[in-house]
Amino acid sequence: MLKIDNLHARVEDKEILRGLNLEVKPGEVHAIMGPNGSGKSTLSNVLAGRDGYEITAGSVRYLDKDLLEMAPEERAREGVFLAFQYPVEIPGVNNVYLLKAGLNAMRAHRGEEELDAADFLMLVREKMKLMQMDESFLKRGVNEGFSGGEKKRNEILQMLVLEPKLCILDETDSGLDIDALKVVSQGVNASRAADRAIVMITHYQRLLNYVEPDFVHVLYQGRIIKSGDKSLALELEERGYEWVVQEAAA
Amino acid sequence: MATKENEVEQHLRSEYRYGWTTDIESDTAPPGLNEDIIRLISRKKKEPAFMLEWRLQAYRHWLSMREPDWAHLRIAPIDYQAISYYSAPRTSKNAPKSLDEVDPKLLETYEKLGVPLHERARLAGVAVDAVFDSVSVATTFREKLAEAGVIFCSFSEAVRDYPELVEKYLGTVVPQKDNFFAALNSAVFSDGSFVYVPKGVRCPMELSTYFRINAQNTGQFERTLIIADEGAYVSYLEGCTAPQRDENQLHAAVVELIAEKDAEIKYSTVQNWYPGDEEGRGGIYNFVTKRGDARGDNSKITWTQVETGSAITWKYPSCILRGDNSVGEFYSVALTNNYQQADTGTKMIHMGKNTRSTIVSKGISAGKGQNAYRGLVRITPTATGARNYTQCDSLLIGDECGAHTFPYVEVRNPTAVLEHEATTSKISEDQLFYLMQRGISEEDATNMIVNGFCKDVFRTLPMEFAVEAQNLLAVSLEGAVG
Repeated sequence: MLKIDNLHARVEDKEILRGLNLEVKPGEVHAIMGPNGSGKSTLSNVLAGRDGYEITAGSVRYLDKDLLEMAPEERAREGVFLAFQYPVEIPGVNNVYLLKAGLNAMRAHRGEEELDAADFLMLVREKMKLMQMDESFLKRGVNEGFSGGEKKRNEILQMLVLEPKLCILDETDSGLDIDALKVVSQGVNASRAADRAIVMITHYQRLLNYVEPDFVHVLYQGRIIKSGDKSLALELEERGYEWVVQEAAA
Repeated sequence: MATKENEVEQHLRSEYRYGWTTDIESDTAPPGLNEDIIRLISRKKKEPAFMLEWRLQAYRHWLSMREPDWAHLRIAPIDYQAISYYSAPRTSKNAPKSLDEVDPKLLETYEKLGVPLHERARLAGVAVDAVFDSVSVATTFREKLAEAGVIFCSFSEAVRDYPELVEKYLGTVVPQKDNFFAALNSAVFSDGSFVYVPKGVRCPMELSTYFRINAQNTGQFERTLIIADEGAYVSYLEGCTAPQRDENQLHAAVVELIAEKDAEIKYSTVQNWYPGDEEGRGGIYNFVTKRGDARGDNSKITWTQVETGSAITWKYPSCILRGDNSVGEFYSVALTNNYQQADTGTKMIHMGKNTRSTIVSKGISAGKGQNAYRGLVRITPTATGARNYTQCDSLLIGDECGAHTFPYVEVRNPTAVLEHEATTSKISEDQLFYLMQRGISEEDATNMIVNGFCKDVFRTLPMEFAVEAQNLLAVSLEGAVG
């Protein structure tokens, strides 16, 4: 589904990604961990197509297309979803309006008709239940005055409604208390499917207690220096990153 | 990035959607302004003597006045002698009695503007008093309104048919000598609307007028007078588009509202006159005096405006809160793109006890547009317990535009409570990227953010106007993001 090959990316004069390789197949859940400044957020931004990053080498294939050639909205319509680390507020724009506009943009892209209002509301209500959000949320402005936990839940709700193929979660667990973490994990687990891949970028192991990954990768200085299964995450939690770094340098 | 910029340029060059002119013979006065021209206007309109006298007084005073220069605007000099002050579509012998008698070309113009009088107006339950250049050519729903006792007609007709009402109220809110442009309007006003809602009557439908400037070099000087008698209610909608022109066209309207005891007037405007091309050439000069007098106790006046057109907008719809417990509201969205300039706001003059006013102003600047909010809140010594709430927000798109806020406050009564909030923000890359990541195009994302910004104002508009206003913002902003 996703194949990143020798990816180099820079912000202004600073090279952040330096030869990153990663392959993700449908149905898989990957966790990417790493210390601060290792390039985790750059990776998610580059995949989603945010401005300000210069790709100096390498390639990213997504569903046999050149992902880097596509505009951000095109990537989204092709099924790439980014759950933001810091979701922005958009005052005056209803959540329900954004969900509808997004879903209809995807459907139009696939040549499907718009969902009628009743079916749409039914779908959204069902997903909201899962995320333990009440009705009043629909009419509130996008992330307007939301608590940190509400913002993250809202990201996962959007993911559930838009049903993307590749979900990238950028530090979705940061800033969550344990109850919110459980709700968010529930949403992510509900998204697991044979035709969908999930890439979780995280600092901490604790999210992985609730969402079990198939693969764990350590990102360091813009490169994946070690990969393993979920036991690697536990080891990192216990021993930190230093030993991996040294192992890779050896 | 390169392709993105090209798209933006393309959008910015998209031509004004309503830019064409209708080829109709005009009965037009020669350019220039003098007492003879004023006499001609008055004679053409078969006005009673008092009206001509009133016009001449205004003209003589105007001669001694100077154009105001305090606004945050750059205005090329206007040659008032180069303007023709009277133009009427030529009709055979009698004025049309029904739509069938109206020049088909004229009806076509309305069709293009989206005002099919005989269809949409009826469906929407809107009575339309359409002004084509200076003379009203058709008025619908007059009968239904007449049943309720509501008078809704062109100003010229009102002068002929209801001279006593006109003489009683005209100029009582905006005096002839009020300001340079109001004086000019008083001297040469062409036509406009007249509404009278009698005691205790709730006007059974939204009243709507579409204005359109047509003949070249013809200034448009509407005069509108709306009176809501005791306990009456009326909602009035005004919407405008104008054909594309190379030369600047002067527009100096005057609108007077009078709300008697317990009466309420809601006046909504969607203004979409030709704003000039992307180099700032052409476009309408819009110098308007709009004022409401909440004369009676417990009366209420609400102004809502969506200003997207015109090269220059100079406009301050105001409320004089004379009656005790009277309420004034001003909700405004003003958008400037390319080289458009707007200096707009309101005045709330509190005179009665426990008077309340609310001001919500949303300014959007894109391209090289300059947008200024200018507002005055005055609490006079008699206005015990007065309250004002002002919210004034500016949104910038791009980095070549400007937003300015000039709030004036004069408080002469210690019991007054005033609140003022102001913000300036930019549409951020983060917001755009967030929405685009959800599959929404950059253009739709921009419109979504702008419409969200304007929501507090749009929800005060009647439903059909709210939709129109959102579309208008979308058209006016096409490609403004880069």
